[in-house]
Amino acid sequence: MLRYLAKRLAYYLVLLVAAVFLAYALASAALDPRAYFEEKHPRPSTAAVDRQLTALGINDRTPVVIRFGHWAEGAVLHGDLGRTIHDTSVNADFGRRIWVSLRLLVVGSLLGMLLGVLAGAWSAVRQYRISDRALTISSFVLLSTPVFLLALFLKNGAIAANQASGHQLINFTGYETPGLTGGLGTHLADWGVHLLLPTLSLSLTGLATYSRYQRGTMLDVLGSDYLRTAEAKGLTRRRALLKHGLRTAVIPMSTLFAYNFLGIFTGAVFTETIFGWHGMGEWFINAIRENDTNSVVAVNLFTAVTVLASGFLADTLHAALDPRVRG
Amino acid sequence: MTTPAPLLTVHDLRVEFAAARGRATTTAVRGVDLTLNRGETLGIVGESGSGKSVTALAVLGLLPGTATVHGSVALDGQELVGRPARELAAIRGRRIAMVFQDPLSAFTPVFRIGDQIAEAVRVHQRVDRAAARRRAAELLDLVGIPDPVRALDSFPHEFSGGMRQRAMIAMAVANDPDVLLADEPTTALDVTIQAQVLEVLRTAQRETGAALVLVSHDLGVVAQMADRVAVMYAGRVVESAPVDELFAAPHHPYTLGLIGAVPRLDRTGGPLVPIPGQPPALHALAPGCPFAARCPLAVPECRAAEPVLTGPGEHLAACLRSGELAAERPAPAEVYPVPALPPTRSPAPAARETLPRVLSVDGLRRTFPVHKGTVFKRKVGEVYAVDGVRLDIRRGETLGLVGESGSGKSTALFEVLGLRPPEAGRIELLGQDTAALSAEAAHRLRARVQIVFQDPMASLDPRLPVGDIIAEPLQAQGADRGRIAARIPQLLTQVGLEPDHAARYPHEFSGGQRQRISIARALAVEPELLVLDEPVSALDVSIQAGVLNLLQQLKAELGLAYLFVSHDLSVIRHLADRVSVMYLGRTVEDGPVEQVFAAPRHPYTRALLSAVPLPDPVAERNRVRILLPGDPPSPTSRALGCPFRPRCPVYAALPAEQRPRCEREAPGPAADDVHAVACHYPAA
Repeated sequence: MLRYLAKRLAYYLVLLVAAVFLAYALASAALDPRAYFEEKHPRPSTAAVDRQLTALGINDRTPVVIRFGHWAEGAVLHGDLGRTIHDTSVNADFGRRIWVSLRLLVVGSLLGMLLGVLAGAWSAVRQYRISDRALTISSFVLLSTPVFLLALFLKNGAIAANQASGHQLINFTGYETPGLTGGLGTHLADWGVHLLLPTLSLSLTGLATYSRYQRGTMLDVLGSDYLRTAEAKGLTRRRALLKHGLRTAVIPMSTLFAYNFLGIFTGAVFTETIFGWHGMGEWFINAIRENDTNSVVAVNLFTAVTVLASGFLADTLHAALDPRVRG
Repeated sequence: MTTPAPLLTVHDLRVEFAAARGRATTTAVRGVDLTLNRGETLGIVGESGSGKSVTALAVLGLLPGTATVHGSVALDGQELVGRPARELAAIRGRRIAMVFQDPLSAFTPVFRIGDQIAEAVRVHQRVDRAAARRRAAELLDLVGIPDPVRALDSFPHEFSGGMRQRAMIAMAVANDPDVLLADEPTTALDVTIQAQVLEVLRTAQRETGAALVLVSHDLGVVAQMADRVAVMYAGRVVESAPVDELFAAPHHPYTLGLIGAVPRLDRTGGPLVPIPGQPPALHALAPGCPFAARCPLAVPECRAAEPVLTGPGEHLAACLRSGELAAERPAPAEVYPVPALPPTRSPAPAARETLPRVLSVDGLRRTFPVHKGTVFKRKVGEVYAVDGVRLDIRRGETLGLVGESGSGKSTALFEVLGLRPPEAGRIELLGQDTAALSAEAAHRLRARVQIVFQDPMASLDPRLPVGDIIAEPLQAQGADRGRIAARIPQLLTQVGLEPDHAARYPHEFSGGQRQRISIARALAVEPELLVLDEPVSALDVSIQAGVLNLLQQLKAELGLAYLFVSHDLSVIRHLADRVSVMYLGRTVEDGPVEQVFAAPRHPYTRALLSAVPLPDPVAERNRVRILLPGDPPSPTSRALGCPFRPRCPVYAALPAEQRPRCEREAPGPAADDVHAVACHYPAA
């Protein structure tokens, strides 16, 4: 098993290097940091721009392979991902934003998965009944609502709720109230109030998506012989469904979970922007707009790592859930 | 003397399935009466759609939510129909337990076998985990699973089919049930494994004293196991009697027809008795006897009202003319019209030598690499799927190729049809060595060999009309339109269909008719060799008989040679001139069918033949059965010596000084023997 894991990791490393190099080359070709400096007022001299660009390691007059070599040397030897276009540390941005993203996304994603699985399984058991149809229709409505629209609805709802109660019950901008004083409890409550809407938006979307998949896998399982066997043994239908049915129906979902959960770190651009959270997604969009090559590459590196980690997590989850693929 | 009250009484059981909106409901079971006494075995026989499985599931209350059950099911006088789900759950598995058909899908794939059996114990008994586990091990031991404690930790996919079915039986008897329902418990298994599992069922029944309800389509299995038999047709019991009486003197024409339709291992040739037509659609039943449309004895009164199940003593039949059948005891062929088949005789061995060879295969081998690893695949071994097969077919001859699943029959077949140089050995098809074929010669040769597949639904394109399906091989060989247009009606008539069927689509035909279409397609290019890969195993007995008769007729008319692959020895016995038996990728015995079946020489052939149940309860009781231990080994290891050795009863009985030969030398069949056997110590 250890040998297998080591091999797997080595293989991932090769993929990672390839992915990062390609991302670096693409970012260097597509972005134009020179233009960023040349558009400044007063316009600096070409030599000054060159100096600045070289200092940041993103001078387009240096061949891209050499630039990548310098960048990679720093990244590998010192764990230094370079400087942003504003000459601040990419690492610092990274470290700050990843926690923001995590805090924003973890509860919503997990909740979406859990609710999606339960709703999907329930819906499958009640196939074609009113409750199943209602869930089907509402998930399609949710799925066809763009995230920003959903978020706006939620915001409006929150405003209405706040006005009706006369208090700032729900807070939907940023992740904490600046300058708040008090104990841990006060801070936690403040976080909760800020998290409510983004979490709701994420888990609703998750619920809609996952419940569709789970309904399908559960339906496959419902007609299965082993469920009938479980009942023939004397298990009640509910126990048979929960223990033998759901347990098997959740296996195909593991891959989806792994990829979606880690993938969401860089994919929640709308959610972050709308609720004013300065996370990874927002960083990525800003970096592209500002021709900030190093930041773009850093986000790409992070994405590559999460994709590979997702693959690994998916395989591990799958093997843990399904004995047939082990060994 | 008073008769004790029956254990289980089913009275006027009716099951309806709600259909999709706008369609009529289907009544799958239409008033079934059954009684089951303590300790007895009741066989329920019927073809697909007769309602036999639905009846069994209705007794357990395990039908899907779309089903409505009426009537009465009483266990020891307690009514089960309409009981609350919780009370039924308490009865299931404790008083009535069930063994299902497909043992692979009947276990939850993600839980260990031991846990699943222990769960059955703990649902009904207040015991702790360890005690339940000990009980599970005892049960596995009871059903003959070697090393039961270790087997507890296996997952279902790690068991072979036979082992899984044993475990299934172990789970069913975990709580000493009063009634054991077995729904086609051996249908998915090979015949030697079937013999083992039936033996285990008998053991389980003896140990628990349970009454057994055995649902099966196989008259042989029922004749072997049952005390009483109920025959079902179109959702009702049409005849019910003690097993000997039922087989000796059936009182219902359907039962008579079924018995006549089954090819027999202990009898040769002759046409089978097909029951004309096909079972009625249950959602659109005409009034009167549902069998009347297919019944040669039907009189106008039969169509007026459905006859009730009645009769003298224990022998009941639902037929107006059962009295006549009881009195006259006609043979099936005296009641049913039997097609006159032109005589076909296998040529004498001397004459056979002069006939041209259609197919000659010698020393054929085909291996497949075994890979391991998901990212870095590496070869870790080889599967010897075919490892020393020889075949010899002369013009106009039928060779039956017999073997259990995994024996390499299909691989051998596709090697022959591939028209490629074999990995090892030699294939000569119609006088041409496939190792030396040009692409063009291969294309021409392909027209002279055609194949009919097992599944008549999957092998016909559902979106093509039948005429186009049959025309395809002709088009592939570049025939002109005029010839194709003339050939299609001709072919359809030849296989017993109507010329105007050409415009219809496959789904409009029944299974038997679809297989006839496949045969017509294969015959389109006038092949000399027809390869038939399990052509009737997907069909019901009464339909199968018609297709087998057709094959015999075509062979006589067209002088075709057949390579007939089947796991069903009775069918081979019925149809083939010569037979070739395969075990683990090798030919172990071949010869003229009468000789091999009358005096099998290889211990495997002997065991195989003795495992086939005969549809004759008297003969069944007087038979000596050779039970082979264990399962066929994995073909990934190519052991030294005879591959059959681990299961061989002859080897097991050999004196020590004679054993090394079996351990070191792989026996090969003598190449020119008429009846050759690959065994060092064959039976005389």
